[in-house]
Amino acid sequence: MKNKVQDRSVEVPNRDPHSEPEKNIVSDMLSRGLKITPLWLLLSLAIWGVDGVASSAIGLGLIFANFLAAAAFLTWAGRISVAALMFAALGGFVLRLALLTIAVIGFSKITFFAPVPLAITIIVSHLGLLVWETRYVSLSLAYPGLGPSHMTQKNRKEIK
Amino acid sequence: MIDLLAQADNALDGLKAVGAGLGYGLAAIGPGVGIGLVVGNAITAMARQPESAGMVRTTMFLGIAFTEALALIGFVVFILLNFA
Repeated sequence: MKNKVQDRSVEVPNRDPHSEPEKNIVSDMLSRGLKITPLWLLLSLAIWGVDGVASSAIGLGLIFANFLAAAAFLTWAGRISVAALMFAALGGFVLRLALLTIAVIGFSKITFFAPVPLAITIIVSHLGLLVWETRYVSLSLAYPGLGPSHMTQKNRKEIK
Repeated sequence: MIDLLAQADNALDGLKAVGAGLGYGLAAIGPGVGIGLVVGNAITAMARQPESAGMVRTTMFLGIAFTEALALIGFVVFILLNFA
C-alpha cells in the first residue's frame, strides 16, 4: 500500500498582473490621492494656517506610506503561500500601527506639529481614499483587480 | 497648596497618557480580530476556488483596509489625548 502524504498546500495560481491586485488598487488610490492632495493642503491652510498644512502633509504621507507598505507586504506574502498571507496581514497590521505610532511621536517633537489637523487628515484621507476606490473595484473573475478603464457602461452592468 | 495643585496636575497628565495608551491598545484588539476573520475566510475561499484568488484578494485587501480604519480611530484618539 502506498503511503503517500497528500500535498495539501494551496498555491495561488496565475502569476499575471491580475493575480496581484493589491498593487493595482494601491497605485490607483495613490494617483487619486495625489490629485486631491493640493486641494486638501489649501483647505488646511485656510482652516489651520501654516502649521496645519505641514501637519496635514505629514498625515497624508503617513497614510500613503501605510497603504504602500500594506500592499507591498501582502503582495510579497501572496507570492509565497496563503499561510504567509495570513502572517503578512496580521503581522503587517501590528507592524504598521507600531511604525505609525513611532512616526507620530517622532514628529510631535517638531515645533510646527499640530495634532488636530494631523488626526483629521489621517481619518479623512484613509476612509476617503478607500470609499473612493471601492466604487472602481471590479469584483469579476475576468478583471479581479480594477475594472478596465475602457469598459463601457453596458459592459460594466453586465459584469455586475 | 500650590505644590499640591502642581502634583495633582502632573498626576492628571500621567493618567491622561495611561488612558490614551490603554485606549489605543483596546481599540486595536477589535480590528485585529476583524482582520483575522477577513483573511481567514479569504484563505478558505482561495483554497476552495483557487481560480478566483485574484478577486478574493481584492476583496480581502479592501476589507483589511476598512477594518484598519477602526484602529486608526483609536490612534487618532491617542494623538489627541497625548498631544492636543
